[in-house]
Amino acid sequence: MFSNPDLLHFIFGRLSLDSLPFHEPILVVTFAAVVLGGIAVLGGITYFRLWGYLWNEWITSIDHKKIGIMYIILALVMLLRGFSDALMMRAQQAMAFGGSEGFLPPDHYDQIFTAHGVIMIFFVAMPLVTGLMNFVVPLQIGARDVAFPFLNNFSFWMTTSGAVLIMVSLFVGEFAKTGWLAYPPLSDIVYSPGVGVDYYIWALQIAGVGTLLSGVNLVVTIVKMRAPGMSMMKMPVFTWTALCTNVLIVAAFPVLTAVLVLLGLDRYADTNFFTNDLGGNAMMYINLIWIWGHPEVYILILPAFGVFSEVVSTFSRKRLFGYSSMVYATVVITILSYIVWLHHFFTMGSGASVNAFFGIATMIISIPTGAKIFNWMFTMYKGRISFDVPMLWTIGFMLTFVIGGMTGVMLAVPPADFVLHNSLFLIAHFHNVIIGGVVFGMFAGIVYWFPKAFGFKLDPFWGKMSFWLWLVGFYFAFMPLYVLGLMGITRRMSQFDDPSLQIWFVIAAFGALLIAGGIGSFILSIVVAVIKRDKLRDETGDPWGDGRTLEWSTSSPPPAYNFAFTPVVHDLDAWADMKKRGYVRPTEGFLDIHMPKNTGAGFILAALSLVLGFALVWHIWWLVIASFIALVVGAIAHTFNYDRDYHIPASEVVETEDERTALLAKQQA
Amino acid sequence: MKRMLSKLVRGVTVTSMFSLLAGCNLVVIDPSGDIASQQSDLIIVSTILMLLIIVPVMALTVFFAWKYRQGNKDAEYDPEWHHSTKLEVVIWSAPLVIIIALGAITWVTTHTLDPYRPLDRIDAERPLAKDHKPMVVEVVSLDWKWLFFYPEQGIATINELAAPIDTPIQFKITSSGIMNSFFIPALAGQIYSMAGMETKLHAVINEEGIYDGFSGNYSGEGFSHMRFKFHGLSEEGFEDWVSKVKSDENFLGRSEYLELEKPSIDEPIHYFSSVDPELYGAILNMCVDQSKMCMNEMMAIDENGGGGLAGIYNVMSLTYDVPRMRGSQPLPESKSYVATLCTTPEGGFAGDLNALPLFDRVQASDRAMSFAPSGVSTGF
Repeated sequence: MFSNPDLLHFIFGRLSLDSLPFHEPILVVTFAAVVLGGIAVLGGITYFRLWGYLWNEWITSIDHKKIGIMYIILALVMLLRGFSDALMMRAQQAMAFGGSEGFLPPDHYDQIFTAHGVIMIFFVAMPLVTGLMNFVVPLQIGARDVAFPFLNNFSFWMTTSGAVLIMVSLFVGEFAKTGWLAYPPLSDIVYSPGVGVDYYIWALQIAGVGTLLSGVNLVVTIVKMRAPGMSMMKMPVFTWTALCTNVLIVAAFPVLTAVLVLLGLDRYADTNFFTNDLGGNAMMYINLIWIWGHPEVYILILPAFGVFSEVVSTFSRKRLFGYSSMVYATVVITILSYIVWLHHFFTMGSGASVNAFFGIATMIISIPTGAKIFNWMFTMYKGRISFDVPMLWTIGFMLTFVIGGMTGVMLAVPPADFVLHNSLFLIAHFHNVIIGGVVFGMFAGIVYWFPKAFGFKLDPFWGKMSFWLWLVGFYFAFMPLYVLGLMGITRRMSQFDDPSLQIWFVIAAFGALLIAGGIGSFILSIVVAVIKRDKLRDETGDPWGDGRTLEWSTSSPPPAYNFAFTPVVHDLDAWADMKKRGYVRPTEGFLDIHMPKNTGAGFILAALSLVLGFALVWHIWWLVIASFIALVVGAIAHTFNYDRDYHIPASEVVETEDERTALLAKQQA
Repeated sequence: MKRMLSKLVRGVTVTSMFSLLAGCNLVVIDPSGDIASQQSDLIIVSTILMLLIIVPVMALTVFFAWKYRQGNKDAEYDPEWHHSTKLEVVIWSAPLVIIIALGAITWVTTHTLDPYRPLDRIDAERPLAKDHKPMVVEVVSLDWKWLFFYPEQGIATINELAAPIDTPIQFKITSSGIMNSFFIPALAGQIYSMAGMETKLHAVINEEGIYDGFSGNYSGEGFSHMRFKFHGLSEEGFEDWVSKVKSDENFLGRSEYLELEKPSIDEPIHYFSSVDPELYGAILNMCVDQSKMCMNEMMAIDENGGGGLAGIYNVMSLTYDVPRMRGSQPLPESKSYVATLCTTPEGGFAGDLNALPLFDRVQASDRAMSFAPSGVSTGF
């Protein structure tokens, strides 16, 4: 019966034993390690009877704080994968000279740089940004949760499903060999007949649903759920940047979804949107994907700008300089980010006036960005700066980011771009702004808000180690790439002829190792902090001493309901204002608190989406139909679940708040 | 004295800046073609313009961070100082001024260095007459090699390009399938090559030498080897090179091309002493395989309102990619359909594709009908 090829094909689609990469020793070893690690983790969870705890407290949780934390855990796990890819690329390029193929054949190398880009943007940077916004925004605006708590849980699990699908592609089949934006015609079915591009499409489609919904969620939260008195111009700057980012998400991600649907139709249904056939045109894809792709850059960087604004004013112990100009700068960047996409392909042959328009529009963005840098600088002016780890990241950012900004403006000059485009100079530029901006910002944010989330600070020694290794490692890894770019070396090369280039790649590889040390130190700073948590404990709720925004007014970690009483806001930097006016924390008069209830629906729907995605990749049509029906039925069934909220009884609130009162009294004594 | 001093200063600056880079060839900064030189100047000018603002910002950031450190109790501390209209004006206008300057430069240079624009000078000293005729080179990116046609010389090469120095060149660029980017850093900036479309690049090489050329845009497995040498030669050198290419009897026609375009990696240099003059046009219009309809013909039909019901059967002949990847197997014999409007009964081309007279409206529909499949009612 099992020799019947038609039946096998019906059951497994394109999937067969040949799809498993037994011939790739690197993958086999990785797979073995992952399996053993997985068994150890699952065994541990079973042994310590943690399944119930995980399910009830985390997986089904609709608490924005826990979801935020889970996003960041997802991002850190995926960072390890994305960074392993980076290390392999650096090692390959440092080795493959003068006829040597290096240790990665082009077939494998091409998958690695594609996966590196996709993972770092979609499954590291995005979850970091979304996670931080999820955790911080409701606390900063004095809300008890986001506007749509179930949707938040569902969004997270959809993002995770996308990440899992990409991870599956490592061991079952292959990943795309097209570069991270999968330009057709290369990504068309004739030139990429394998499953790689399908994994790409479905992983991004599934994760994209999550991102879009979480964008909607946060926009509504910020617009509708601010504490009384908090007008738009009294919102903390991080919340402002979060608002702009989520507006960008809501406007940009549908474009990505649409363009991937069209590419998917080209691959699955023989349509000809982007093919060479029948008048299809790949230029349309390239335009569309960058109409999403350029705002995406600002989706990532704006929240980082927000973090820096919070950090620089907290650690300078001073009000932020030029709040309104900061807000206007953010809004201007948000709008301008939509009219610059063509600068990613000046070399496609548009007319001079079109190119010049997009080039100049791009440069104009540097004006509000420059204003922001000045504002942070003048916030330090006449301040009392303490160099805690978040502040180090911020100063490292200010010095590094301006270089990336400068090279970015160079690339915006079309004739200069003709010689710099697609070169390692470009690679150096965008790592300069993404590492120097987004990554530094997210690390600053994690270190800054970690004590709020867990009640103790991260270990400062390993935090500083992490910062210095990242900073120095970055310069070692990417300055050589600027030089190589000026030598006319192209990106995505798996081997080189000219042996004189090798030294630069070796320096870059050394830089990557330093960054590896930085990542290791960051993980250590968490581990050491957990061990030394009693010493690093924050009992006041305001661990940095000069918190200025509402999240520092509640306990660390905050109770499930965030605020026993909704705060009333009178001024910018509400908590600093409350402290100044001698705010007394209420200790009685607590009422029942209405809260949303946990649900497993988000997890189940996302798991079904994962199955659907996998079945679509492998053309297992019965499973596609089955999982799609299950998905629709599940979603409808969930709408009949009316048991969605509960009340935290006043007595429980009193208990929690009394504990905090006692703790605060102990502090003062 | 003054000149010596300035020479010394310049020497010291250049040495210190490039001591690290000594021995490496920064071809983008120090190219050999006039266009690339102007592009390099632009990189340097824009860098200097931006450094005007970036250096003070970096210096002030470090200075403020140091001066207002917590330990320095002498420094002024004013936690409420958060606004200064004067400073705000400076903050916004300083970058604005720089960007206005850079924007103006950008607008002008984007037009003067537009790759589609015919050259007006050989280098800074030697202007060109308006009506000069550039040497034409037709470039096709194949998987994964470069094909160059020299229509004036009647030759073609694979993975080797040559041109006389100080002669304006017009590159016409297309692709057999996947998008690539035609890039010789020493000569001029890059431009994409795309199937069914033609991009252009005008450039001139000013120094003799052998330069690297390659694809700038990732195109799949053989991309790393998609490289060629560009020879900048003297007039005589170029003539010698042309006769060298012509010395081997080697013809490049449609069938040879269909063989050649099959994917291959690290392809050696080939010379073709004679070339089917219609081949480049056929490649550009994706109809080297004569069972295909040419793009320009399809566009002509569409421009004239389409082929009506008969046009439905055009679909087969417009499917370009699939048979190409299978090694250009001709389509199986089936119905006849509008394959091309200008094939002779034997299947050869009647004339220059690019010079095809476009038909007027009435004629177009007539012709389309006249090629309609036998036995199918067109309903007209």
